[in-house]
Amino acid sequence: MSTTLAICRREVRAYFTTPLAYVFIVVFVALNGATAFYFGNLFDRGQADLQPLFGFQPWLYLILVPAVAMRLWAEERKAGTLEMLMTLPVSTTEAVFGKFLAAWIFTGIALALTFPMWITVNYLGNPDNGVILASYLGSLLMAGAYLSIGGFVSALTRNQVIAFVIGAAVIFLFMMSGLELVLSVFQGWAPGFVVGLVQSLSFLTHYDSIVQGVIDLRDLIFFLAIMTLFLFANVVVVDLKRGS
Amino acid sequence: MTQMLEIEGLIKRFGSLTAVDGISFSVDRGEVLGFLGPNGAGKTTAMRMVTGFLPPTSGRVLVEGFDVATDPIAVKKRIGYLPEGAPLYEDMTPLELLGFVADVRGISGAAKGRAIGQAAERINIRHVLRQSIGTLSKGFKRRVGIAQAILHDPDVLILDEPTDGLDPNQKHEVRRLINEMAPNKAIVISTHLLEEVEMVCSRAIVIARGRIVADGTPLELEARSRHHNAVVVRLPGDQADACRGQISAIEGVASVEVVSDGSGAAQLIAFSQSGGVIIDRVSAQLRGSDFRIDELRVERGRLDDVFRELTTAA
Repeated sequence: MSTTLAICRREVRAYFTTPLAYVFIVVFVALNGATAFYFGNLFDRGQADLQPLFGFQPWLYLILVPAVAMRLWAEERKAGTLEMLMTLPVSTTEAVFGKFLAAWIFTGIALALTFPMWITVNYLGNPDNGVILASYLGSLLMAGAYLSIGGFVSALTRNQVIAFVIGAAVIFLFMMSGLELVLSVFQGWAPGFVVGLVQSLSFLTHYDSIVQGVIDLRDLIFFLAIMTLFLFANVVVVDLKRGS
Repeated sequence: MTQMLEIEGLIKRFGSLTAVDGISFSVDRGEVLGFLGPNGAGKTTAMRMVTGFLPPTSGRVLVEGFDVATDPIAVKKRIGYLPEGAPLYEDMTPLELLGFVADVRGISGAAKGRAIGQAAERINIRHVLRQSIGTLSKGFKRRVGIAQAILHDPDVLILDEPTDGLDPNQKHEVRRLINEMAPNKAIVISTHLLEEVEMVCSRAIVIARGRIVADGTPLELEARSRHHNAVVVRLPGDQADACRGQISAIEGVASVEVVSDGSGAAQLIAFSQSGGVIIDRVSAQLRGSDFRIDELRVERGRLDDVFRELTTAA
């Protein structure tokens, strides 16, 4: 545990010693504001809630989260520091979890910095703060699921750009799996339960229900399961890659 | 007593390439083992397996009785390792990096500050502790890498080319440090600098194409050289041929080579048959003649000869 925390601390600090952290936070917060006000008509729709904010976040995450995750392993492999890290008394699971946690905390900080919008709607009206809190939770879970995918992809390559592009593509497929775009690939040849399974993997469906304020245990379990699955895959890939 | 480090039949294949082909050796406390070999001989691959970074294709590595395959964490706790090229987190300062390593190694509180202070003191990086590692010179990076390896005062120290990229003063310092730590630890260093082997190693293993081709003290290796116990005579060039004739006739002398240098003097090298001592007979012979000898000395043997011979043999 203390090893995981030590790695997590180092990684969080690593984010903030490069300009990446500040660029990311500024862009994330600015785009959140822009999409919520411009596309979401936060003011004009005359409702005291943050639906316009959370409605666009999955799309912002699609671009920005792979950028946070891409360096996690690719950078270590390229710089050779992976050898130093993995010859310290650290298990692969501890390293994977520590790094993931750091990226999640970092994304959480960026998400928390959208708080002025929460203040704004509270100043202008009487929003249901329970729903807003649930939305923040849903958004954080969604970011975690994206990050676990991004971290896994980052472990597959030493090239950060490849990690970014592939990561974004995989996340996109998971987002879209509830829509015709992905489902039509399976319809026609796959049995109905497979299509149903693919459909149930859709991030957007699970996210939407949480953001509506309905915290269903199944949605929470879905996101936690996705994270567990990809973190486990991440451990396997790091171990396998080391052997070759 | 069990050996600190025991390696048995270590093999590593990458696809069809066999990088390490059945290496076995052991290192005890107080020994400094020099791992010698040309580039690509398998030194780094072998060290990566010993430190648990690469899983071996077959073979066993035991560190103080712990098997790296079944108990990697216990092994890693007991080893300090400087990977090849000393890769470090360049965006950290040495102080932050050493702090991180201390955290991971479970050194906390006052012990942490003390360990960092001692390592920084020993390796002389105190004044750059707060500078970003990315901005440090190659020599300092290497030293930070060594500091990181000795931070927890490990019993087994594995250093992959510890003096690579250092200037002569820094090399001297690192070698002094290794000698200083040697009595209490089992140390393995890889190098292709032969003088380093003579200076710090109590034993040397030469590997070529993944196999051990020689294992002995530096002196034993030198004795394999044809220069071992050879006698070098320097005298004016016009006397060279006469002198050569006399020395060739001495019992125990295998052959004599003449090397003339630009200044008009000549250098004769009399090689010994089967490495025996010939200086006594050569000097007696020369004393009885009237050559004008400028220099007369015995060669111990040349490690680089032996190295070349061992590692290029078909």
